[in-house]
Amino acid sequence: MATLEARNLNIAIPTGDGLVHAAQNVSFSVEAGELFGIAGESGSGKSVLAQAILGLLPTAEISGEIWFEGRDLLTLGSRDLQKLRGAHIAMISQDPLSCLHPYYTIGSQISEAILTHKHIGKTAAKRETIEVLAKVGITEPAERFSHYPHQFSGGMRQRVMIAMAVALNPALLIADEPTTALDVTVQAQIVELLDTMRRELGTAVVMITHDLGLLASVADHVMVMYAGNRMEIGRRSAVLAAPAHPYTAGLLASSPSNHAPGTPLTPIAGQPPSLLVRPGGCAFAPRCAQVMPICSLERPPERAFADGSHSICWRESKAPAPMAPVARQTGTRAPVEAGAPIVTVRDLHFGYPSGGPFSKRPGVEILKGISLTLARGRTLGIVGESGCGKSTLARVIAGLVPASSGAIEIAGQNIAGLDAAQWHSLRKTVQLVFQDPFGSLNPRRRVGSIIGDPFRIHGVASGAERHQRVRDLMATVGLNPEHYNRFPSEFSGGQRQRIGIARALALNPSLIIYDEPVSALDVSIQAQVLNLIRALQEKLGLSYLFISHDLAVVRHVSDEIAVMKEGRIVEMGDADQIYTSPQHPYTKSLLAASNPLPRLKGAS
Amino acid sequence: MISFLASRLAFAGLVLLVLSAFVFFLFFVAPGDPARLLTGEKATEAQVAQVRANLGLDRPIHEQYLSFLGRTVQGDLGFSYRNQQPVTKLIANRMPATISLGIGAVLMWLALGIPIGIMSARHPGSWRDRMGQGFILVGVSFPTFVLGMALLYLLYFMPRQAGFTLFPAGGYKPFLADPLIWAWHMFLPWVTLALTTAAIYARLTRGEMLAVMGEDYIRTARAKGLSERKVVLKHGFRSILTPLTTQLGADIAAVLGGAIVTEQVFGLQGIGSLAVQAVGNQDRPIIIGVVLLAGFFIVVANIIVDLLYVLLDPRVRGAH
Repeated sequence: MATLEARNLNIAIPTGDGLVHAAQNVSFSVEAGELFGIAGESGSGKSVLAQAILGLLPTAEISGEIWFEGRDLLTLGSRDLQKLRGAHIAMISQDPLSCLHPYYTIGSQISEAILTHKHIGKTAAKRETIEVLAKVGITEPAERFSHYPHQFSGGMRQRVMIAMAVALNPALLIADEPTTALDVTVQAQIVELLDTMRRELGTAVVMITHDLGLLASVADHVMVMYAGNRMEIGRRSAVLAAPAHPYTAGLLASSPSNHAPGTPLTPIAGQPPSLLVRPGGCAFAPRCAQVMPICSLERPPERAFADGSHSICWRESKAPAPMAPVARQTGTRAPVEAGAPIVTVRDLHFGYPSGGPFSKRPGVEILKGISLTLARGRTLGIVGESGCGKSTLARVIAGLVPASSGAIEIAGQNIAGLDAAQWHSLRKTVQLVFQDPFGSLNPRRRVGSIIGDPFRIHGVASGAERHQRVRDLMATVGLNPEHYNRFPSEFSGGQRQRIGIARALALNPSLIIYDEPVSALDVSIQAQVLNLIRALQEKLGLSYLFISHDLAVVRHVSDEIAVMKEGRIVEMGDADQIYTSPQHPYTKSLLAASNPLPRLKGAS
Repeated sequence: MISFLASRLAFAGLVLLVLSAFVFFLFFVAPGDPARLLTGEKATEAQVAQVRANLGLDRPIHEQYLSFLGRTVQGDLGFSYRNQQPVTKLIANRMPATISLGIGAVLMWLALGIPIGIMSARHPGSWRDRMGQGFILVGVSFPTFVLGMALLYLLYFMPRQAGFTLFPAGGYKPFLADPLIWAWHMFLPWVTLALTTAAIYARLTRGEMLAVMGEDYIRTARAKGLSERKVVLKHGFRSILTPLTTQLGADIAAVLGGAIVTEQVFGLQGIGSLAVQAVGNQDRPIIIGVVLLAGFFIVVANIIVDLLYVLLDPRVRGAH
């Protein structure tokens, strides 16, 4: 008997805008000890499924059945569900910092779960807590018992969350994006830990993720969700190597890991649909590359394939095979003539001083001697994990914060001694595009005035001319110029990032610094934006500094890569060379952790 | 930790120093001659000059201020112009009424405001929330003096008309003499002060709880299988203690510095009514004394709140 079985699950959540149809006719089953992957982009309804299983959606309208250990969870009362939660069904979620209560020690938070379900004393609960902390790889668990969440690193916090989840040996563990907030090397450890736990304890694990690659190494079965629909379900090897549904194929094709560096990605066109309306036909039809007339008229039927996978699609055969990882070619781009470099950084240091005479806080050095050069028309990728100083480097080079020591030359001009007026004119040369396309646009200003700001500030164009140039820019980055008077909230994440890029392009800069430009975007949208960034460089001859934690993305866009660790560049060189023959051990561990798809070859 | 406390205390001293200079010079430039006021209309110029010299008002302003400062740090706030009593003694006489009013009102508004706020936040949009929001709206819009008058009319005047005494009209009875009589006399002032402030606490609690209950760690608490009661109180409410403490520190200090309207309405001889009388009489030493006292309470409350943060939030603890 399956540990968990969902049958024809429909979930609708009432909101201020109307009913959100978060899941439509979703069925799946998970066996004991199985790792079941649910993949989908944001808004696909995957997290809502998890919360529905735990009974944490009090206001939702849910129909169908969710069978767990012989009982239909949807018929249980709140007291019965409460007894199941924690003891029989446990959950870990995306951000381990926000998921742990900041005011209680991690030991008391885990003990609390044990004491809720087991009638044992506090000392016994503490002993069990220390045991389970040791099991998930927390060193010195007895001492760490009385530490607070903020005293742990991100990966250790996620281990604590896993310890809390497995403390009562639940039959089912739901992991909702368990590694998304973690660094890539830590991600691999956490996935491995989850894998070990389910093998040791026989726990069924439902792992929810936006990252198909993550499932490639551990999942037994994979379900792909889109707009609340189960597009495809099947064995991992079948779904990831020979996807049946065009959407799965499209997702795989959007990933930079599956493309030769520098070649255009194959994004899925368009935007995910609103869940407020239930389309008559296939939800994916508007974006599907293999769309047929019937797709948008009638709901597609479910098809079963010989390899055991099922999909809902009008196509009778499987989707065309996703592009196999193309053999990496070197020298895809013409070598650029050696001109004067646009950026030269020599022995750059940056730090914060200590907190003053009353404070014991020591000074912090964030950048410890960075040297790099960026040739005109080229892209230098800077890759590193959180806290390595890569964003600080971007801010220092952009002149937003002054360096402690060292020299930065931009277009032959040393930026250290510039006065306000010279800075003003240098701003035309250097522009920034930020990570968060939501936070970096003023929500109360119209898109036209946001993009037109550089013209206004630098007195370049005004009136009808400015209006026209803004419209041209919008067209350049693939926005509809008719949306000139809209507010940022009326655009999707990918479109907002296009607005940010348009704003950066306004003054014809020579250098654009991208700080994690696509890390907040879904993979299909990410591919659209990466293609745009790439195309603009070729068209306008721009030079890029491209900062990201994602090696696959960096490699895709960069000519050269610098690997940063703890404020230093540990390795720098030609992108392909770094990728194919990394020298530094840290680069090797980054590569090993971030490249799940080669592991798939065995499956296909 | 010690250095943190030392810097806070040094800053508090500076605040009080600036405050004392401000009120002192404010009265110096204000119109009205205290010597003339004291001696009366019929006094001769010589008499007025004599009084002025006695009070030291003929000396240069900075000398006056320095001697005032010297006396103040020794705990001497001077003498009332009106009745020649030491200001410290006048204030000490008035403190019991003000403290009695403060303690009861604080307990009452916490006991009323916080549960209403939590109830409102637990089911946003429900009829309970709407009732809570109604309470908040009425409470924050009701002026204290109107509420006080209304309570007096309903619970004192009308029963008296009917021939019995439900509550006294006011006045302060010492706690030590008879706690029951004390509480009976304080009840209407407490309710008056507490109802309006409780609305502010209900609003604060509701807003903070709404934000906290959306946090990921609340979902973790639910996923653990905790009862809803534990989720709300142990995990939710625990988190809003910090903003509540901030607000409470400021409010307690404000009440101790004199709840002027409530004290006036119920004829409580507290700090607030002392201040009102002193302003009417242009009795500068008392006014300056009361202002400094209020400032002192606020500064002390802020230091206590800062220390409570350290107790409440382990993240702050680590930073010091």
